[in-house]
Amino acid sequence: MTGMTLAAAIPPIPAPHIEYLQLSPMLAVFGAALVGILAEAFVPRRHRYATQVGIALAGLAASFGLILYLAQAGYATTKADLAAMGAVAVDGPSLFLQGVITLVAVVAVLQFAERRLEPRSGAGAAVDAFAPEAAAVPGSDAERRAATSGHATTEIYPLTMFAVGGMLLFPAASDLLTMFVALEVFSLPLYLMCALARRRRLLSQEAAVKYFLLGAFSSAFFLFGLALVYGYAGSVQFGQIARVVEGTATVTPALANTTGNDALLLIGLAMLGVGLLFKVGAVPFHMWTPDVYQGAPTPVTGFMAAATKVAAFGAMLRLLYVAFPGLAWDWRPVLWGVAILTMVAGAVIAVTQTDVKRLLAYSSVAHAGFILTGVIALNQHGIGAVLFYLAAYSFVTLGAFAVVTLVRDADGEATHLSRWAGLGRRSPLLAAVFALFLLAFAGIPLTSGFTGKFAVFQAAASGGAMPLVIVGVLSSAVAAFFYIRVIVLMFFSDPRADGPTVAVPSALTGTAIALGAVVTVVLGVAPEYFLHLANQASLLVR
Amino acid sequence: MNPVNYLYLAALLFTIGAVGVLVRRNAIVLFMCVELMLNACNLALVTFSRLHGNLDGQIIAFFTMVVAAAEVVVGLAIIVSVFRTRHSASVDDTNLMKL
Repeated sequence: MTGMTLAAAIPPIPAPHIEYLQLSPMLAVFGAALVGILAEAFVPRRHRYATQVGIALAGLAASFGLILYLAQAGYATTKADLAAMGAVAVDGPSLFLQGVITLVAVVAVLQFAERRLEPRSGAGAAVDAFAPEAAAVPGSDAERRAATSGHATTEIYPLTMFAVGGMLLFPAASDLLTMFVALEVFSLPLYLMCALARRRRLLSQEAAVKYFLLGAFSSAFFLFGLALVYGYAGSVQFGQIARVVEGTATVTPALANTTGNDALLLIGLAMLGVGLLFKVGAVPFHMWTPDVYQGAPTPVTGFMAAATKVAAFGAMLRLLYVAFPGLAWDWRPVLWGVAILTMVAGAVIAVTQTDVKRLLAYSSVAHAGFILTGVIALNQHGIGAVLFYLAAYSFVTLGAFAVVTLVRDADGEATHLSRWAGLGRRSPLLAAVFALFLLAFAGIPLTSGFTGKFAVFQAAASGGAMPLVIVGVLSSAVAAFFYIRVIVLMFFSDPRADGPTVAVPSALTGTAIALGAVVTVVLGVAPEYFLHLANQASLLVR
Repeated sequence: MNPVNYLYLAALLFTIGAVGVLVRRNAIVLFMCVELMLNACNLALVTFSRLHGNLDGQIIAFFTMVVAAAEVVVGLAIIVSVFRTRHSASVDDTNLMKL
């Protein structure tokens, strides 16, 4: 009898209503990841490479097609709404950033699949940039055996798919729990991918350890921030948090008690901010960036630098604009400070770098600062400008790191800047393309970098952040100095006799670099359509 | 007992974990400190759940446990592979890259 009364007392749990169509871009990518794992288990070793690349590209293509369909069907504008019981927002910014992330992932997978740059293994098999057997100790017999027999870590493709799936969810997450889970889903595969370099494996493992420990540390901060904000608002949904912060929510006795304590809210928001600023690599949470960018396999670095930034800034926009607009007077001054520090420190420290990958890492820190000025604008222009900047920046970054994979000597990639001297005489085309990317980083007119910077600075100025714009322009000038120094080094100094060779890539890396260059020029010369698109997509659903 | 005391305990555990990450040198101990921080979050979540009288916090605590388990899998894989290479788990020894 007691069982009966208990069962009667507990209300039935309603089955959640899931909008599969709106979630299908993410489901396609996660599906491809799961199929990839099965393929890893059941497909014979010699067929795995082709199978995995095929599955990954098919999943990404399906996802991009579904995103286009959803955007076409009006889910970015008129039909924008929350899906999956309010956990996922399907709106303009989500779909725009998801589209950018899938395109970035396609280009990254093309680079991962490149097998012409490394010399063939003893058995004559073409090999890629990843460790033949990640579990084998560097320099051991097991590693040598795996290397001569031409094994490859094809697990990289399912790992990439999981990371991409998390990144698609991150900017769309509309409650703190979904955001935290997405953060972990895309971070955990990235930690592993950093450790998989074929050459310089000690550096690669070191990068993975640093990234993992600091990443886990920062996500613990994010989680404690989540707990405190939940304690304040009694909910983790962004809409409900915003209502509680603004004081328009129905007040329960518990809520009346906790909302009296602003410390919960302010400390909670600060800790959430630490987690997100770590992921975008803003000063003072940028310490991992140079080491991880340098140690990770270069194709992974390019993917990480481009896609993580897109996903994390998307999440930051949604968190600050949807959940905490009522606290703008509190978070804007802090972000002002962070943005100024990030722009100045990124640009100044980059001047002293002697390694190309570290140089690009500090340049990515400086760019995080420029994008933050757009976030601080706190108006709709700001959202559009940030979306456009992210799209422009990610393709330049992918292209630049793809160029780095081609300049090689006997030990693999020649990343020391002195080795790049006179590259323009030896290989004018490659040096010209790299110069184009550097000019785009510097924000020279007629490249996508100029349009992006102009858009975020304009938004920041109209949002009343003029001093920030002045600091931004000044640090852009400092940054331009070291980009131009590299161009001068490539074109106006004599090539060294023992200098690096420029490897001729297959069509895969060739496509990646060409796409980067085309997007850079098109977004610089004729940006109207894409600016319009980004502005149209700039309505966050609440 | 006033549930707010559990919040003080959670904050204390979180701080111990954070300080541990900053001062300890062994990667495994660092990692355990991060786990301590995650569990402090769980305690805070469950306490807030009790304060508000809704179940959200308890459900989030389950998610946190799953995430922590996944993090252990990835983290130990990386730390063990570094240990086998260098025969040391000290984070001071992993210093090939400097500013």
